[in-house]
Amino acid sequence: MGVTTSAGAATAAPARPAPDGPWSRISAVLWRRPWARATLLLTPPLAWFVLIYIASLAVLLITAFWTINPFTTNIMRTWNVSNFTTILGTAAYRTIILRTVGMAAGVTVVDAIIAVPFAYYMARIARPRTRTVLFVCVLLPLWASYLAKVFAWLLIFTHDGVLNWALGKMGIGPLNLIYSNTAVFIVFCYIWLPYMVIPVYAALERIPASQIEASQDLGGRTLRTVRSVILPLALPGIVAGSIFTFSLTLGDYITPILIGGGNSTLIGNVIDSNVVYNLPLAAAMATVPIAIMACYLLAARALGASREI
Amino acid sequence: MEPAGLRTALRIWVAVVLVLLFTPILLIIVYAFGPSVVQTWPLRGFTWHWFAVAWHDPAVRQAFLLSVKVGVLAAGVALVLGSALSYALHNFRFFGREGVSFLLVLPIALPGVITGVALNNVFGFTNIQLGVLTIVIGHSTFCIVIVYNNLIARLRRTPRSLGEASMDLGARGWQTQLYVMFPLVATALVSGALLAFALSFDEVIVTVFTAGANFTLPLWIFGQLRLGQQLPEVNAVVTIVILLTIVPVLLAARLAGAGAVTRSGAAAVAAADAAG
Repeated sequence: MGVTTSAGAATAAPARPAPDGPWSRISAVLWRRPWARATLLLTPPLAWFVLIYIASLAVLLITAFWTINPFTTNIMRTWNVSNFTTILGTAAYRTIILRTVGMAAGVTVVDAIIAVPFAYYMARIARPRTRTVLFVCVLLPLWASYLAKVFAWLLIFTHDGVLNWALGKMGIGPLNLIYSNTAVFIVFCYIWLPYMVIPVYAALERIPASQIEASQDLGGRTLRTVRSVILPLALPGIVAGSIFTFSLTLGDYITPILIGGGNSTLIGNVIDSNVVYNLPLAAAMATVPIAIMACYLLAARALGASREI
Repeated sequence: MEPAGLRTALRIWVAVVLVLLFTPILLIIVYAFGPSVVQTWPLRGFTWHWFAVAWHDPAVRQAFLLSVKVGVLAAGVALVLGSALSYALHNFRFFGREGVSFLLVLPIALPGVITGVALNNVFGFTNIQLGVLTIVIGHSTFCIVIVYNNLIARLRRTPRSLGEASMDLGARGWQTQLYVMFPLVATALVSGALLAFALSFDEVIVTVFTAGANFTLPLWIFGQLRLGQQLPEVNAVVTIVILLTIVPVLLAARLAGAGAVTRSGAAAVAAADAAG
């Protein structure tokens, strides 16, 4: 009886092929062999990904151990570590690496401080309608053109710009922020802020209300609840967000060019300016962010943020 | 739950942050209507002139068309490869599965400049001419990840029992996929493709290294900003770019829920998990 019922249901299904048409046979063969389906699905994307992306990274790492002929700027394929000794032995490069890492860390901390109260309001106080509106309000600046945002800050910081006009109205003298590290720092904090807000929001939203009530029932005041319950549970979100704020700052060279105007050289700028004439040095410099992010990702995994990454 | 004072403080905090988030974007749009060639504040007057200039500028048109072409191709490649990846990783347990999902984090966790210089290096060694193809390859690396993240979040929320019910009722494997599973994930696919397009349309860091002598719209804008030339026209172009990137994002948000439209795509998974 079971057989007749299922045959009847199959006839009712739309566009049913002849019972033993080639499609059905292929479909049946694949159905019986999950490994065949998995191989068919995985091969094209993995081949693309490994052959193009991973292989390029590997070649980049190898190139870092080559050098150029200083007269012809041709790449000489002899293994040595001179690029790395150049980078570590040159005071200017050391300063640039420290400045970049310091800036990335600073931007991450500032964005976390701004994002946590904002995300807390979104996740736990705002009504569902307000929450959706706030979410969209974070998404719009996140997606609005990167160059537009940088250009906007150029117009704000520039000598005759909006900031100095506003300060003038308040009777405070003009600030010369444009082409400084401070300006670059502020712009980074602005541009990457939404990348921090969203994962922190996701983490805070997941906290069951009962855990916060339990803390209050046990006599925890607001500050104690924040410190002992909310912040520890928000931490995976903060770590996930920090991966983006940190990594995006670490590799950016556009903002330092447009807002820093040559006074704020970061690792990305060294890579960018050496690509044409000294690719091995650029490659060696590129290993610095790779190494830093590798350590960062491993630490984040250990902290249990890998689900959020 | 929270004391009233704390609530008020948080409300003010949120309002201040929102003002800070939107002021620069609104400012750039206001600037686009300013008549002066020199960029100073406050503006004196109102004009559509710079939009007309941008419209008639052949360089802008060419760059715009290239950006659209690259965006469509990159989104297409990402759609095919990204959805194959998420199906495989969702449905099968195999050796190295964790490793694959960790590898997929790399294009968004490593700075774009690394992807750019690595691809530039390889294209140089293999004598591949930099052009549309190389830009599409560069953009695909991270566009695949965004499609993957969008689709796998949806697959995780789709109960397996629906597919099983279809099979129990006599549907064949491919019929179940086509008539039951595909409609359930179709909006996630569309939103993934839209986001991939928006990401590609705005990309500049990787594009610099893979475009050669070609100009996408962001490269044209970057070039003008760097030289400090034709800035009023840049204002108009940038305003159009903002609107053009926002539209696919809002569409994607409608289709897949706002939680899926995080740019990293990464936090989307977390948001989706939290929601469902």
